[in-house]
Amino acid sequence: MHANDAFITGIGQSEIGRKLERHPLLLTLDAVKEALGESGLTIDQIDGVSTYPGRTPGLLGFSPIGADELIDALGMKVTWYAGGGEISSQLGAVVAAAAAVRTGLARHVICYRTVYEAAAMARPEEYPVPRRDRVDSYSQWFAPFNAISAVNWTAQYAMAHVKNYGLTREQLAQIALTGRANAMLNPRALVQEPLTMEEYLSARMISSPLCLYDCDRYSDASTVLIVSAGEAVDEVSCTPVRIAAMAGSVERHSWDQAEWMACYPTGADLWTKTDYTPADVDTVQLYDGFSFQAIAWLEGLGFCAPGEGGQFIEGGQRIALDGELPLNTFGGQLGAGRLHGFGFAHEAVVQLRGQGGARQVPGDPRVAVATSGGGPLATALLLARD
Amino acid sequence: MSVTRALPRLDADNRAFWTGGAEGELRIMRCRDCETFIHPPRPLCRSCLSENVSPEVVAGTGVVATYTVNYQKWHPAMEVPFVVARVALDGVPGVLLTTNIVGCPAEEVDVGDRVRVIFEQQDDVYLPLFERID
Ligand SMILES: [Zn+2]
Repeated sequence: MHANDAFITGIGQSEIGRKLERHPLLLTLDAVKEALGESGLTIDQIDGVSTYPGRTPGLLGFSPIGADELIDALGMKVTWYAGGGEISSQLGAVVAAAAAVRTGLARHVICYRTVYEAAAMARPEEYPVPRRDRVDSYSQWFAPFNAISAVNWTAQYAMAHVKNYGLTREQLAQIALTGRANAMLNPRALVQEPLTMEEYLSARMISSPLCLYDCDRYSDASTVLIVSAGEAVDEVSCTPVRIAAMAGSVERHSWDQAEWMACYPTGADLWTKTDYTPADVDTVQLYDGFSFQAIAWLEGLGFCAPGEGGQFIEGGQRIALDGELPLNTFGGQLGAGRLHGFGFAHEAVVQLRGQGGARQVPGDPRVAVATSGGGPLATALLLARD
Repeated sequence: MSVTRALPRLDADNRAFWTGGAEGELRIMRCRDCETFIHPPRPLCRSCLSENVSPEVVAGTGVVATYTVNYQKWHPAMEVPFVVARVALDGVPGVLLTTNIVGCPAEEVDVGDRVRVIFEQQDDVYLPLFERID
């Protein structure tokens, strides 16, 4: 063991659904209980909490449960906690927790992401979206032009790839098709129907070149990862997974000024912090809120050269469950639901422990990459089972 | 025909940008010490940290750096399809404006198209939209 390393120990996940009635705090509790149960830890041994992006009062479905509320609701006594959106995307909360356990601020940190977007949209009387007369801050540079959704922002990066490198719809489709095929092997995945190339190619466009199946769907779920200090890792009963390297970055934060995506500098930076190389990686779990983001991550992480992501996944065999680089084996967000970043790290741990069941990557995988972020923000984790 | 748009809240930082259209001017904040253009507009230069910044009237022409055609009605009043584009402004290195390309069918817009600013007034805001230069 590496005494000064951080480890992901317990992992947990609630059911994943749409328009769930179950209270988001109870979904979070479900995920916490599962993570505690498999790690053998008790809630009294948890002394830290970390989340992204914290409670978002103006848009409660996006993040209904703040760290301080969870600490209070579960009767925890913590020596460190953090929750906020001003960090290098969703898995930045795991980076913060790892830093905390490596510096002795805490021993076992619950990291969580709870989403309730589908339920909130279905119950606007409970989860109202405040009307604003005017937009400000970063929104003012998009909303007046009706570039309201992140799909409009991401689509412009994807279109640049189409124009500069010849990315085709058939290539783009492989992210969605792979995710949906894998989701059918994941009992918890939101979408359980197969997707064919014909269906993909005939789907309606949302924001060119991205069609309906290139976009994840609002979901209700909670995902928990327990990050533990090296000195405390012998207190857990599950197989710990070492955080072998972490990287995160921000481009110009306003998407309108970020010429290109943060996954490129973050992906490159990750390999400067480890002796592992891309060739050592057995499976990748790459952010796919929109399909193109996963292609950008493959390039940014150096699995192929910039511009070659489309050719790299051509036909889908390479990234299939039995391919040389299985991708998004739980279905990704396109198949499993919009878990918002945390699903990728959760699945990396599942695979490295050999607990994938019908979707287990063959050949005893030992090294995985999990990422979050898809525009001017990016976080990458390199995870290893020693 | 007026498209339904969310309008920006005007403040000391952004007023010159959003109201320049009243005089037909596209104004981008610029550092008077090192000449860097600063967008979004702020009261300092991101290159040299000088506070000696002020709006500059720029040419108002540029080129489509990338774009997307939005087909999704995000609210019932939205008219689709329309083009969202990033325009790289002539003579304004380092600044991209997210905007709409108007005045032509959405499917005709392409990367590399030359475009020129036109302003659409709504209330006290003059939105810089762009149309293709034939
Ligand atoms: Zn300057």
